[in-house]
Amino acid sequence: MAASSIARVFEHQALVYRRTLRGSLFSSFLNPVLYLAAMGVGLGMFVDRAAAAGAAGNPALGGVTYLQYLAPGLLAATVMQSAALESTHPIMGGIVYHRIYYAMIATPISARDIALGTLAWITARLTMIAVIFAVVVLAFGAAPSAGLLLAAIPVAVLTGMAFAAPIVAFAATQRNGEAFPAVFRFITTPLFLLSGTFFPLDGLPAPVQAAAWLSPLWHGIALARSIAFGAVGSNPGLALDHLAVLLLFAGGGTWLAVRNLQRRLVK
Amino acid sequence: MAQPSAASAADVPSLIHARGLTKRFGSFMAVDGIDFDVAPGESFGFLGPNGAGKTSTMRMIGAVSPVSAGTLRILGMDPGRDGARIRARLGVVPQQDNLDVDLTLRENLIVYGRYFDIPWAEGARRADELLDFAQLADRRDTQVESLSGGMKRRLTIARAMINQPDVLLLDEPTTGLDPQARHILWDRLYGLKQRGVTLVLTTHYMDEAQQLCDRLVVMDKGRIVAEGSPNSLIAQYTTREVTELRFPVGTQAAALPTLEGLADRIEVLPDRVLMYAEDGEVVAEGVHARGLHPETVLVRRSTLEDVFLRLTGRSLID
Amino acid sequence: MAGSSSTVPAPGGFARLRARMGIGSWRRGIHMLERNAMVYRHTWLILFSGFFEPVFLLVGMGFGLGGLVGSVNGPGGVAVPYAVFVAPALLASSAMNGAITEGSWNFFWKFREDRFYETVLSTPLSPNDIALGELGWALVRGGLYSMGFLVIMALMGLVTSPWAILAFPAALVVGFGFGGAAMGAATFMRTWQDLDFVSMATVPMLLLSGTFYPVDVYPDALRVLIQLTPLYQGVDMLRKLTTGAVDASILVHVAYLLILGLVGLSVVGRRVGRTLLS
Repeated sequence: MAASSIARVFEHQALVYRRTLRGSLFSSFLNPVLYLAAMGVGLGMFVDRAAAAGAAGNPALGGVTYLQYLAPGLLAATVMQSAALESTHPIMGGIVYHRIYYAMIATPISARDIALGTLAWITARLTMIAVIFAVVVLAFGAAPSAGLLLAAIPVAVLTGMAFAAPIVAFAATQRNGEAFPAVFRFITTPLFLLSGTFFPLDGLPAPVQAAAWLSPLWHGIALARSIAFGAVGSNPGLALDHLAVLLLFAGGGTWLAVRNLQRRLVK
Repeated sequence: MAQPSAASAADVPSLIHARGLTKRFGSFMAVDGIDFDVAPGESFGFLGPNGAGKTSTMRMIGAVSPVSAGTLRILGMDPGRDGARIRARLGVVPQQDNLDVDLTLRENLIVYGRYFDIPWAEGARRADELLDFAQLADRRDTQVESLSGGMKRRLTIARAMINQPDVLLLDEPTTGLDPQARHILWDRLYGLKQRGVTLVLTTHYMDEAQQLCDRLVVMDKGRIVAEGSPNSLIAQYTTREVTELRFPVGTQAAALPTLEGLADRIEVLPDRVLMYAEDGEVVAEGVHARGLHPETVLVRRSTLEDVFLRLTGRSLID
Repeated sequence: MAGSSSTVPAPGGFARLRARMGIGSWRRGIHMLERNAMVYRHTWLILFSGFFEPVFLLVGMGFGLGGLVGSVNGPGGVAVPYAVFVAPALLASSAMNGAITEGSWNFFWKFREDRFYETVLSTPLSPNDIALGELGWALVRGGLYSMGFLVIMALMGLVTSPWAILAFPAALVVGFGFGGAAMGAATFMRTWQDLDFVSMATVPMLLLSGTFYPVDVYPDALRVLIQLTPLYQGVDMLRKLTTGAVDASILVHVAYLLILGLVGLSVVGRRVGRTLLS
């Protein structure tokens, strides 16, 4: 049965992951602490001071402190970055470095099972990262409502999968890992910086704002933020648009990932 | 045992000269006081099983591993003091190929030549020549990744020749290669030998030692247990022929007493019995005459494997 | 003629002193640079893409965040626009990151996994030559990025003093310090997981060392601690140069980073020798 085969692949990934569990949990925890402390609290002082003085007009934060503004955006953006890491070299490992995928397809497990099981595993990993992140946010007192922040976690994970699935599909076509630094430098890093994680795009030129519509991260951040601030009700249509874009990337990416991995492994 | 060789007894200055050469790692004796000399133009081998101390000896000769005790002179120099000058005149082929996989074949050779301060143009000229020699000229602009194991090995040897070394050190040159690739490689190394290049190699394959070495030492547990040419070692330590007997599983032990006296010497291995004599056919007839019926009977010439078995009581490859 | 002993002269007095300090021969070390340059001819995209990261950071942080922050107090207590404040810090962090990528990941790969240095050591090059040559390459690579970044800063009007001319050599000094230190640290690492320690040191430094906001927000004890980090040294030095608030403390920063790099180099030579020439 395919469902049980997918579960076998998931188990394999979880077993492998156990070896690096402690270091990985530690950095999943340390990363939000550092970013929230430095950017949210440290830099936030200057942002909030400027807002209070009215010197640099920043109406866009919507009446919250910079730390509160930053938290849900950084949640989605951090999950996205982890998604990119989990979908590049680990896939290359299965196909090229240690070739475990070839051992798998010699058993009743199919290439499709490998793709879906791996994506399921990445979803689980991203959920862990998002939950730890949310706990840190709450510890910082950086969420207006704990319940709403928890409600934003699925959106953050979906945002991650909107990247993970297409990147897995891409990795399945690669001969070695040489193209990955370019993925990080030309896709994930600029999006991390320019999709509204750290500042609203409202004041930017219209073409930049239009370009942001193409970024799943921008949609993920906007949706996570409106959920965390309880603002979905004010514009439910827009929230549905965001959700549709994320589902399109995640779903289309999954389809491509299955197809590409089948083409790669079954010859 | 290890006498100073004929080569050093004559007045030819030796390229490599070792007396009481010792390598210790903590309390472990990797090389335990060995003596040998390598003369110019000769092809000299260290034969022995894994762990005999061959690679440690080669690393000391390559001036990348300090001598723990004893004397070692390479090209008349002391590796502890003149390491860089010695390495400038050696070519090294390590046990595992370590080529620059991101570079093309030709770039591999030129870049390696730069480590010896060989000018770019001169390096390029030599690289083309060596790629011809290694029968890799048609792939000179492809990346190393795409080469087969045998091709990589030939490229590593070509690379070691880029500085026109006085001595070429080869550590297990054909381990891991398929039979056809081994023969091509032997042919190329034989070509180098004929050009007068001094070869020093380690191997645990007796056929390789027989093919390539003018003279060799047999090493076991860090010591030299015999020295000579392949043929003289065979003549000295074993008989001309060997008869190999395989008995049905479980019956070998019962057959042994009946074999007594049929050969000059008998070696009992777990899976077969080796009978050493001048004429193997006579032994085979004797076995049948005594009413024994081994599953197989093979008569062959003695090899260095038999020499090693005689000297150490063990096989070369386990 | 290569292959003759004359290519490797006997060491003289100066060379002996240098060898005792663990500093290799530049004439031989440069062959490592040549090799790396040749490798990157095949993987130029990786080399080239490194240039963009600090530029994205500058656009996002300098201008995007700048709109929220307005101006902050730069060196000497003078208020400057946020982009002017953050740009030299990004230059310093990019010099740090470039040097650390070469010095930890790439160095570790060649030292432990690929056994490339074993190959090199079978030629006349010594461990010290390798260390010097690899650090030299890290500086060439980092220097290209710094040069490009400085030009972009100037075009965006983020350079407000002629002292900024010295920002280029100063960025090289930052690379020298971090490159040497990273290579030295990498010689102690056994597995890829150990390399996580590198980012555990660099990410907090990047976020906290006065890169994105002045360190006077910290309580005194914490501020002094932060000022002792090598990245703070680099950030403060470059910020003073590009804004023109130059004083003698720059010499302290230079000395700090040079010593860091030299100590790293000498550790590398010794550890590579001890590990591979056993």
